[in-house]
Amino acid sequence: MSNKSVFFNPFSKNNPVIVQILGICSVLAVTVKLEPAIVMGLSVIAVLAFSNVIISLIRNTIPTNIRIIVQLVVVAGLVVIVSQLLEAYAYDVSKQLSVFIGLIITNCILMGRLEAFAMANKPWPSFLDGVGNGIGYAIILIIVGFFRELLGSGTLLGYQVVPDSFYAAGYVNNGLMILPPMALVTVACIIWVHRSFNKDLQEK
Amino acid sequence: MDNLNLFIRSIFIDNMIFAYFLGMCSFIAVSKNVKTAFGLGIAVTFMLTITLPINYLLETYVLRGGALTWISPDFADVDLSFLSLIVFIAVIASMTQLVEMVVEKYAPALYSSLGIFLPLIAVNCAILGGSLFMQQRDFGSVWTAVCAGGGWGLGWLLAITAVAAVRERIAQYSNIPGPLRGVGITFIITALMGIAFMSFLGIKI
Repeated sequence: MSNKSVFFNPFSKNNPVIVQILGICSVLAVTVKLEPAIVMGLSVIAVLAFSNVIISLIRNTIPTNIRIIVQLVVVAGLVVIVSQLLEAYAYDVSKQLSVFIGLIITNCILMGRLEAFAMANKPWPSFLDGVGNGIGYAIILIIVGFFRELLGSGTLLGYQVVPDSFYAAGYVNNGLMILPPMALVTVACIIWVHRSFNKDLQEK
Repeated sequence: MDNLNLFIRSIFIDNMIFAYFLGMCSFIAVSKNVKTAFGLGIAVTFMLTITLPINYLLETYVLRGGALTWISPDFADVDLSFLSLIVFIAVIASMTQLVEMVVEKYAPALYSSLGIFLPLIAVNCAILGGSLFMQQRDFGSVWTAVCAGGGWGLGWLLAITAVAAVRERIAQYSNIPGPLRGVGITFIITALMGIAFMSFLGIKI
């Protein structure tokens, strides 16, 4: 695989969330508002890229039977750095994300990419793979966050976008969009649209 | 009584799947048939019930700010809580390994039905999530931690078994639009079940 396809495939054809079905937990839980979704996306891109590089550098020295623990320790170290940085520079967002920053450790995208790619490839392609998959993940987060914040609270990034005249005319925010189950339905709709354009991804 | 209340809450209201979406990856991948789903559910319940009290003890006596005073009063201003993520995941990974070895040695029958799922559990968000929630809410004692862990585990078991049962039927009898088949419809089933579970809100014993 060329470096270009390693980088661009995860955007749509091999998207980690809607095609590989990895890392769903955080997609659903942090997307009530757009801002935490963006921060979460950036954190995952950073952790994924660097853990891919580190594991790829030491891939020949890791004994196979303890590789899961080694991977977890590398990832946990990086996540601790990210969570401390967020607490220092973006305290409000880090409060909103609460446990989900810590849960990046067990985000299946990380383990999946480390196992499937970084353990078998050189550092530079691994870095591209990490960034590509991170972006693929962030795209879905941002789409879900966009619709949930727009329809659920009528705001985007905290600014009101639905004009007051709409509310005066009887428009009401859809409170259901803020509740957890609607995140699942939103992702299901994205999968529906995506798979109707990519027929080869449909299950029999 | 409080512990019983917490136990019930953890199963129905604070349900790991329907309220927090933790452990979704293995939930989606393994809920194709009831038997394997049940096996994974048992394994998750087991691990949550074991790791939560261990992590609770570590949190209370080692990690929390000022927790080390039981060694000597000099340690009163030591705060190791930034290490908690690494400690928790290390406990979970090693407990998984340990349980796997013990089960393999003493209960081969259980191992052959549970075995394939045990490695999966180290990276199941529900387990680490349980420990992180424990850290956020101040649990009073080890027993509270045991009750919460067991409750969350049973809630997860309940959710995955129920959804697997629906999926089994749907795969046989329904004509779902092509793009939604498999994963898509599973999301929607889970969402509908989540809405149903919201009716448990406010239950108290």
